[in-house]
Amino acid sequence: MNQPREQDVPPRLALAHISKSFPGVKANEDISLSVAPGEIHALLGENGAGKSTLVKIIYGVQQADEGTISWNGSPVAIPSPKAARKLGIGMVFQHFSLFDAMTVIENIALGLDEAVDREELKSQVAAILQSYSLPLDPEREVHTLSVGERQRIEIVRCLLQKPKLLIMDEPTSVLTPQEVERLFATLRQIAAEGCSILYISHKLHEIKALCDSATILRGGRVVATCDPKVETTRRMAELMIGAELRKIEHGQTKEAGAVRLAVSGLSLPGEPPFGTDLKGVSFEARAGEILGIAGVAGNGQAELLTALSGERLAAAPEAIRLDGRAVGLEGAGARRALGLSCVPEERNGHAAVPDFSLADNGVLTARHRLPLAPHGFISRGAVSRFADSVIKLFDVRTTGNGALARSLSGGNLQKFIMGREIGQQPAVLVVSQPTWGVDAGAAAAIRQELVDLAAKGSAVVVISQDLDELLELADRLCVINEGRLSAPRPVASLGIDEIGLMMGGIHGAGEQVGAAHA
Amino acid sequence: MTTAMLVSIIMTLIAASTPLLLASLGELVAEKSGVLNLGVEGMMLCGAVAGFAVAFSSGSMALGLLAAILAGVAAAMVFAVLALSLTANQVATGLALTIFGIGASSLIGAGFVGRTVQRLGPIFPAALSEHPVLRIVFGQDVVVYLSLALVAGVSYFLRRTRAGLILRAVGENDASAHAIGYPVVAIRYAAVAFGGALAGLGGAYFSLALTPMWAERLTAGRGWIALALVVFSAWKPGRLLLGAYLFGAVMTLELQAKAAGVSWLAPEVLAMAPYLATIAVLTMMSLGRKTGRLDAPACLGKPFTAS
Amino acid sequence: MLEWRRRREPSLPMLVLSPLIAIGLTMLTGMIVFTAIGYDGFHAVESIFLTPFLEPQRWADIGVKGAPLVMIALGLAIGFRANVWNIGAEGQYVMGAIAGTGVALLTYDMTGWWILPAMVLAGILGGMAWAAIPALLRVKLQVSEILTSLMLTYVAVQFLYFLVRGPWKDPGGFNFPQTRMFTADQTLPTVIEGSLVHLGIPVALLLAVVAWLLMEKTTAGYAVKVVGLAPAAARHGGFSAARTTWATMLLSGGLAGLAGLFEAAGPFGQLTPQFPVGYGFTAIIVAFLGRLHPLGIVFGGIVLAGTYVGGEIAQSTVRLPQAATGLFQAMLLFMLLAIDVLVRWQIGWKRRAA
Repeated sequence: MNQPREQDVPPRLALAHISKSFPGVKANEDISLSVAPGEIHALLGENGAGKSTLVKIIYGVQQADEGTISWNGSPVAIPSPKAARKLGIGMVFQHFSLFDAMTVIENIALGLDEAVDREELKSQVAAILQSYSLPLDPEREVHTLSVGERQRIEIVRCLLQKPKLLIMDEPTSVLTPQEVERLFATLRQIAAEGCSILYISHKLHEIKALCDSATILRGGRVVATCDPKVETTRRMAELMIGAELRKIEHGQTKEAGAVRLAVSGLSLPGEPPFGTDLKGVSFEARAGEILGIAGVAGNGQAELLTALSGERLAAAPEAIRLDGRAVGLEGAGARRALGLSCVPEERNGHAAVPDFSLADNGVLTARHRLPLAPHGFISRGAVSRFADSVIKLFDVRTTGNGALARSLSGGNLQKFIMGREIGQQPAVLVVSQPTWGVDAGAAAAIRQELVDLAAKGSAVVVISQDLDELLELADRLCVINEGRLSAPRPVASLGIDEIGLMMGGIHGAGEQVGAAHA
Repeated sequence: MTTAMLVSIIMTLIAASTPLLLASLGELVAEKSGVLNLGVEGMMLCGAVAGFAVAFSSGSMALGLLAAILAGVAAAMVFAVLALSLTANQVATGLALTIFGIGASSLIGAGFVGRTVQRLGPIFPAALSEHPVLRIVFGQDVVVYLSLALVAGVSYFLRRTRAGLILRAVGENDASAHAIGYPVVAIRYAAVAFGGALAGLGGAYFSLALTPMWAERLTAGRGWIALALVVFSAWKPGRLLLGAYLFGAVMTLELQAKAAGVSWLAPEVLAMAPYLATIAVLTMMSLGRKTGRLDAPACLGKPFTAS
Repeated sequence: MLEWRRRREPSLPMLVLSPLIAIGLTMLTGMIVFTAIGYDGFHAVESIFLTPFLEPQRWADIGVKGAPLVMIALGLAIGFRANVWNIGAEGQYVMGAIAGTGVALLTYDMTGWWILPAMVLAGILGGMAWAAIPALLRVKLQVSEILTSLMLTYVAVQFLYFLVRGPWKDPGGFNFPQTRMFTADQTLPTVIEGSLVHLGIPVALLLAVVAWLLMEKTTAGYAVKVVGLAPAAARHGGFSAARTTWATMLLSGGLAGLAGLFEAAGPFGQLTPQFPVGYGFTAIIVAFLGRLHPLGIVFGGIVLAGTYVGGEIAQSTVRLPQAATGLFQAMLLFMLLAIDVLVRWQIGWKRRAA
């Protein structure tokens, strides 16, 4: 990875004074950076720092308002992704553009700009899989693959075009630590062969482990360029966030309270068409504690949440107990009336109705515990007052309770949804991905609310893919993998490697065996 | 039953199946691209009346068929502009297209009611096409052979060609297809146009080959049965062929029973048969599947906007 | 350059104006098209869209044709809002009439105030029963109710033919395919003495108000809207999609059955093969023209009833074929769907990037 860099070799990619505005926002302002051949260059920044916009400009998805792009020393225009690929720029997106019901090879064929003969393509793909020792079966349908395997499809798709610059957008956000290691090995090999890599992330330890240099963005501007191997993690974090790091305030150390939620032997088939089965999930959540459930996306988190919320019923009433009462066969409304509140990951369309006003969205889940609709008739006044109180108490930025849910930013809508549930003072709150896609300020506020709720004697269960978040919030942590839940462990006793191994579980081990054979 | 009767029944069966096969094959391609066009009945009627009017006026079958195809495409384009460009609700737009087709065909056809044209004839020489048995194979008209060739062609197109791959991809995940850079809306326009062409041709088969005369609403709900056939086929052209011929058989049975004057069964009950069979088939399809998903394209019926 | 921009919230003025714009555009297009194909386009449009409303003697006829349209459309619209696409209302309308007529034929030699209510009840149940089939198939087996409800319409119409030509044929009817005439106790009373205005008209208006209250003020109406807009959120909030499908199918079937019975016991006074006139399909247009809103549907019902009445006028004034009415109705729906885009999107000048 440490390529010898000579001064007379022009940079593979050089950006000079790039600016880009959208109505109301300056997404990029006067950004300059350069990436040498074979260099792994990090683009570091928080959500909303302007990384995505910059990358879209390089990949031709959007056009810069000002500034120039140079490719191997000469200025170029990149009007479309196709033009970018023609230059030799490949990109692996954070959200893959894959077709679940189609095979790996069909997906790869779809990603190519020119038609390639089927047999010819097969042998090319086989060659790439061989030379980078990537385990992947070209004839499998995509919905049967793990997230790591899906990412490999995108990487193979890029490598087929023999790129000179590979852009990786938050590639590790959905991978287990073991899968991350494998990805890094692949990326190092690609770079060693002379291809430059632009690596977008906000995860500092990864950047330290992988990258040769880093450009740090904040609020659309470059705030620093540094060598991540030399710079301290803390310093980079402060550059990225622009302030001293803030700690969540936990109250005084808590005594373990009474068991409020007890799940035992909960099994449920996955949601069709491509869901994960829950297999004998058991855990307890006690008053005053926050239980974290870690795991890579798609391992049964969605199923666990809908099983707890009552959207899908358990096989037996005893599978789920709320304050000692068996509720496994109660529906969502009955469980909420008894004090079990859930907040699913997907805000628009699951936790809230995008085309309803905030007031109407209050009715969705609060009508069981609050007198919003006595005798089946909705009380406009009560609904309006409840929504106003949530908006006020949880600092939701909006034009009023008549605003449509979908007109709110992700963070503000999440604050409203959390407020709607917490405002009902639930006995147990189960929340999935509480700060997904939420800006830093709102995320901190939401985490504080969870801590405060637990401190008041509720049991809180947080399902998240963000390990850092869980380590910060949770008292005890367990891991969900392929529908199975590990035994909870006190967070204080856990190392990050150990959690990584738990997350990889059987799945990760199997893959390593497979790789050894390959 | 004599051989002659059997041959005649098979000839009727093939004729009754052909318009269903054409219309449902076109709809299959449209649905594979993710578009649910409920206006098949309307497009068939447009094709039926245009084909009849042009064939009657010009005396040319070829011009009639061509006009039917163009009328079907034109009707399909009205749907496409509304449902694809303006992202109107596809169910409502398809219904509107059917109501429109009924009205437009009655209006245009008002002057042709009861008129007849020379029936669309076989393409092989009489020695073959009038052979007592071989006429099953050689006694068909051009549209029958075309419909069978189209089944093979569409099957090959969807499974083996890059364009077919892209069309399926658009139906499976429009957002991803758009992200990769495929023109989702344009591809869907093409698929809908193809569906319209075949529906138009299928409609003309009623007015130029089956009856061959003009009567109001002469397709009698076959467009809706074609829609059900696509579900029955699990979006596979080969099974569609089977389904269309199965329904052709049901309708032939109805005609035969009527002709034979089966007295214990009221003609109205016989007339219900194809519609009851459709419901039965849809129900059996659902009973037969294992998971919660038929093999429908994942984006079927969902509006797409690039942004 | 002009560009489309998605509105953050649907435009309320456009929501209300769009049906009016659609009517205007339909009139304009109709004028051009019918002139182009050799009719007196101007007077055709005038006859269909203006004359019925300007001549008071037509109003009773508009009411008579509008009442079944409104009743059916109310049920359909509530279903559409829950994403339940019952397009077989015509069949439920016919079955309602058949069930009610069955009671009438059983009681033709009896008298009593209870006979008409019994027929009404039978009509509602007949429509519900016919709608229950697609409801059951959809809830239990996920069979599309679009296709099944429509197929059942063809079956219902054939069943009607069978009855009036066979077992229910009027013994004293000179072998015409029709049932006995209903007796006085079996006939819908008129509201205005000596006019066509029957009880169905005030009932339709009352039902519109009830439907409005149901949709706006109750958790049941809320459930319908949530299930239609965001099924996952509905499940999360503890609303059952299956129950909503059942309720909306039975409601729309029952209302269509009621409309069918009113039509049989009112204007027709018997069953004949001419009974199904397509109100069940036209009501779909009424529902959309009324923006799926109960009070809007009253407006939509009046406009579409007007096109029926006007279509008859145009037949005599400009010799427009009857089919033209259907064409105008379809054009109206097309225009409405096209204009609808303005509710969700707006046109503006592309902002210059700089």
